[in-house]
Amino acid sequence: MIFRGKVWILGNNIDTDMIISGKYLSFTDPSFLAEHCLEGIEKGWSNKIAKGDILIAGKNFGCGSSREHAVVALKAAGISCIIAESFGAIFFRNFINLGLAAIELRDASKRFNEGDMVEVDLEAGKARNMATQKTYPFPPMPSIVLDILKAGGLLHFIGKTNPNNFPASYLRSALSS
Amino acid sequence: MGMTISQKILAAHANLQSVKSGDIVSVKLDTILGNDISAFMALEELEKIGRPPLQAARDIILVLDHFTPNKDIGTAEQCRVLREFAEGAGIEQYFEGGRAGIEHALLPEAGLVVPGDLIVGGDSHTCTYGALGAFAMGVGSTDLAAAMVLGKTWLKVFETIRINCYGILGEWVGGKDLILYTIGKIGTDGALGKTIEFCGPTVKSLDVEDRLTMANMAVEAGAVNGIMEPDPVIKNFLADRSRRKGIYFTTDSDATYEQELDIDVFSIAPQVALPPSPGNAVSVQEASGIKINQVFIGSCTNGRIGDLRVAAKVLNGRKVDSRIRMLISPATPGIYRQAMEEGLLKIFSEAEAVILPPSCGVCFGGHLGILAKGEVCLSTTNRNFKGRMGHPDSKVYLTSPAVAAASAVRGEITHPSSLI
Repeated sequence: MIFRGKVWILGNNIDTDMIISGKYLSFTDPSFLAEHCLEGIEKGWSNKIAKGDILIAGKNFGCGSSREHAVVALKAAGISCIIAESFGAIFFRNFINLGLAAIELRDASKRFNEGDMVEVDLEAGKARNMATQKTYPFPPMPSIVLDILKAGGLLHFIGKTNPNNFPASYLRSALSS
Repeated sequence: MGMTISQKILAAHANLQSVKSGDIVSVKLDTILGNDISAFMALEELEKIGRPPLQAARDIILVLDHFTPNKDIGTAEQCRVLREFAEGAGIEQYFEGGRAGIEHALLPEAGLVVPGDLIVGGDSHTCTYGALGAFAMGVGSTDLAAAMVLGKTWLKVFETIRINCYGILGEWVGGKDLILYTIGKIGTDGALGKTIEFCGPTVKSLDVEDRLTMANMAVEAGAVNGIMEPDPVIKNFLADRSRRKGIYFTTDSDATYEQELDIDVFSIAPQVALPPSPGNAVSVQEASGIKINQVFIGSCTNGRIGDLRVAAKVLNGRKVDSRIRMLISPATPGIYRQAMEEGLLKIFSEAEAVILPPSCGVCFGGHLGILAKGEVCLSTTNRNFKGRMGHPDSKVYLTSPAVAAASAVRGEITHPSSLI
């Protein structure tokens, strides 16, 4: 799986309250959530995002609340992939579960400038900054995670496999890697 | 090689003799917990794949606690959808209104969690149940949906950080201070993607409520779960609450940890976490004098009867400073009743505090007690992120019920011993 996009830079400890405020959790409409995505940082933040854009962040991205609204908001805003130094554990699962790639890369925030183009090859475990022509390796994802991403998210994955085998089907693919 | 308590619980639910950190396992879940925010979105996800039958309906617990009592028509509709879903799907463990309260206070109170359980919940503070010797972790709505359908999930066995607390806690110092101090020490990503195992003589000396407060905030250090070995204190607590016995797993003496940390609690003062991070812990002396507009006592962290008793001890015969509002929310109807019987609500009312119904609303800025631009709240909750309780330019300081109550009387952050 290859992702290409323009990068936007965010800092450390971007919590899910910041991504989508608690007052919007009674809404599930993706376009509404996208409109309010990261508005605590900048009103109308999502207006500048184009489909396929990629976020670069520091450590602990998506810490805090388990609200999946945060992922729905980022996805509907157009974000396809996040490269961060580390992720909040629940956010990481949520992001993968909705078919989006979350990549851990050491010193991610030092490798890119806002506006650079990046190309990510998930299977190869490489992120290439097209502006500087530098390539950065990241640890390959377990095949289980790749399978979810290829299916377009967890529930699509379940839909494509025999639900009675889930999550045993996960395990087979994970252990065969 | 020995196993930790967490690894033993995961192995038992994966039907394996043993597991080690990094293993990917498929586990059978004892309890799948959802609330009016997470379960509603989970239902919408299930709708997209044609609403498959739920293989785990009897293990599902639904608690409507976030936008309840309903804030507006939209939230009322979401609760209606969940009510109808629960009835149609035969989910018997469904709680709302005067039988509900905040999920993480309700489940232990009602004896619905026992040692050795494996629980996922659509709420990050699901980790609270680690205090009872269960493995409990928060998940999002899609994981919740899959778990509701299958009764199982997958996970990677986590590394463990062992935090050993020893020494005697000082006056006005309790579980909240200990966990704020710990997060301050290791940072909000100090246990990222790992298990925290709290142990040592100080932890053993804590009552169940203080333990629940500590495990509750493990997620604020980035942990997947926080856990404590269940002991006779837990056994006594559950004796007249639960029909299930549970399995009292313990950590093997030769189990390995990714990291070990010793904390001497003797010199820990009451703590305050400065905005905008639960990791910004300082002693109450360092925060003394900071002006506040609102004080809140409640939530899954500190809304239990012991918290209310401490607040009543401080507020008895005193009044909330005329410049500020004080809000107190017993975390469950059971706690509310107990507080009424003990005369605590009378003390709060005479002190001119507002007594709120049980709800998560205040803590996450959903409804009740929302802050205006520039306002400051001193709160016994778990998060003080930017704009958490209202306007993006409002601020939240985190603390214990004792410091919260004393500060309400003075109108500024205050050490309780300067009042009593």
